[in-house]
Amino acid sequence: MSERAYVPRESVALALGAEEVAGAMAVAGTQVTRNGSRGLLWAEPLVEIERDGRRTAFGPVGVDDVDRLAARELGDVDDLLAGQRRVIFGNCGAYEPTSLDAYMAHGGFGIPLADPESIIDEVRSAGLRGYGGAGFPAGIKWQAAADTHADQKYIVANADEGDSGTFADRLIMEGDPFLLIEGMRLAGHAIGATRGVIYLRSEYPVAAAVLAEALLNARAGGLLGDGFGIDLFVGAGAYICGEATSLLESLEGRRGEVRVKPPPMAVAGLYGKPTVVNNVMTLCAVPWIMRHGGAAYAELGVGRSTGTMPFQLAGNVKRGGLYELEFGVTLGELVEHWGGGTRSGRPVRAVQVGGPLGAYLTPQHFDVPMTYEALREIGADIGHGGVVVFDDSVDMAEQARYAFEFCAHESCGKCTPCRIGSVRGAELMEQIIHDGAHADRLVVLDDLCAVMEGSSLCAMGSMTPKPVRSALAHFPEDFGLPAEGWSRCD
Amino acid sequence: MDSEELRRLIAPHAHEIGGPVSALRTIQHKDGWIDDDAVDAVADVFNLSRAEVRGLVGFYSDFRTTPPATHVLKVCQAEACQSVGARELTRSLSDRLGVALGSMSPDRRFALEAVYCLGLCTHGPAMMVDGELVVGADVVADRVLEELEPRAKAAAG
Repeated sequence: MSERAYVPRESVALALGAEEVAGAMAVAGTQVTRNGSRGLLWAEPLVEIERDGRRTAFGPVGVDDVDRLAARELGDVDDLLAGQRRVIFGNCGAYEPTSLDAYMAHGGFGIPLADPESIIDEVRSAGLRGYGGAGFPAGIKWQAAADTHADQKYIVANADEGDSGTFADRLIMEGDPFLLIEGMRLAGHAIGATRGVIYLRSEYPVAAAVLAEALLNARAGGLLGDGFGIDLFVGAGAYICGEATSLLESLEGRRGEVRVKPPPMAVAGLYGKPTVVNNVMTLCAVPWIMRHGGAAYAELGVGRSTGTMPFQLAGNVKRGGLYELEFGVTLGELVEHWGGGTRSGRPVRAVQVGGPLGAYLTPQHFDVPMTYEALREIGADIGHGGVVVFDDSVDMAEQARYAFEFCAHESCGKCTPCRIGSVRGAELMEQIIHDGAHADRLVVLDDLCAVMEGSSLCAMGSMTPKPVRSALAHFPEDFGLPAEGWSRCD
Repeated sequence: MDSEELRRLIAPHAHEIGGPVSALRTIQHKDGWIDDDAVDAVADVFNLSRAEVRGLVGFYSDFRTTPPATHVLKVCQAEACQSVGARELTRSLSDRLGVALGSMSPDRRFALEAVYCLGLCTHGPAMMVDGELVVGADVVADRVLEELEPRAKAAAG
């Protein structure tokens, strides 16, 4: 009976000793394949043993567990993933990430590069929205770029995944990189681009290595290079470069300062040429949509939030990881059912949804469905799908102070409300924390937030008030205010 | 680094998208930091002013303008790690190494730096130690420091 072990080559698993585990298994005579992660990061290093075509999962597996794996058995891999709706992550973990043969054996690169218009039609009928946070319809962006005539156009994958609590892009780039390459090829063909760029953050060294290898293999396999190539660019530590226009500035060799729009990037983007910048997840959804049709994707989800979201549960959570589910799952189901509550075992007190520019919510919001629309109704945003859990030891005034501090650290400095407002905000929060939330300070805080919201060029400045305002609204006691909170009366 | 060596490092990036930043990255990877000669060389190849190149070095937090410490500990300061003790870990490392966050010990052996998310948000607090990813850093901090110590001594000796 032939037996094969799968040991992930993924950042968390590697940091927990996956390399040593793979080595020990190989020494013991087991055939080992290095795969991507299934997203069940709480169980990493998660080893899969394949026998007669079925895979059984074991985890977490340390070097000392290799001889007695049975004690770590988690069950059938398919059962472990049951209940998820995997569109983007369908094959992640099934095979060696950089093996073009394995990717193609699972149907990869099977979609002919047909009529560009038909690709845009499918994406539009899917209702695919950008996974980077703004949720802008991808089809509209693509159409605008396709309709602009130019000798050179670009498709850019935004892999500058800087939001704390998010790692979906990292997991797919480390676990199924050809999916991104295929998505970029389809998108590039749809808009008439001859060149693609992946803008990857430098904090992801494993993803950089896997992508570089995958790009080489795609070139060798004749999938890139003939009329369409992809460059990998590694950033240099700047959160703001996740904002599409500052990303383009960075690629053009300048400081990543946000650009004034219009013109839209689809008309004048990289080097002034029509450019589509899409989040990694957005591009990775395209091959599935082309294979199954836009209508099949549109059937998933709720209302205008069509499809699935690879939710990422992080922070103080028991079963942290990636869970790809249809839009519409409630926040409570995510945190309690999928995440299993806090890692510390203490009560959940706050949940930040959508990264550092996202709102802090409470267990009172657990029945809110995770859709763009429902979250906006309560002053929150789904962002890139990150959910960070805090237990009852959190100090929400400190979190509000940090929101300003982070903005001050990462602001590109282009516009005043963000550059100066963030510094003033952090100072103000210091005063509130150490000297009390006097009404005059809260009025200034409110004004400051309003100025940042209303007059910043990009989301960094305009959304930094979200965590601040939500912390103040939902946790007034942490600011030294009575439970009914504070309302302005001037 | 002499100017010929600098030019050799920069040349492959001369016509790349994102060339100036990638050239600086390559130089720093080799040399550990960006000195005045490197700024001049990049400015020259890309037809930029020195001020523009210094602007890049100042903007992107990966770049440094002084030689690095023997060991660089980047500790994640972002929310997911905060929720599981990043602040406490940072304080404890700072106390033990005698280095404030964002600075380096006088003997240049250790630098403690802030990083904002390494994407290891399920296993915080996370760190990057000399380029290696470390998860559950509060638990393994002792071991990490012990492993660095002998190496630091050997390097000094």
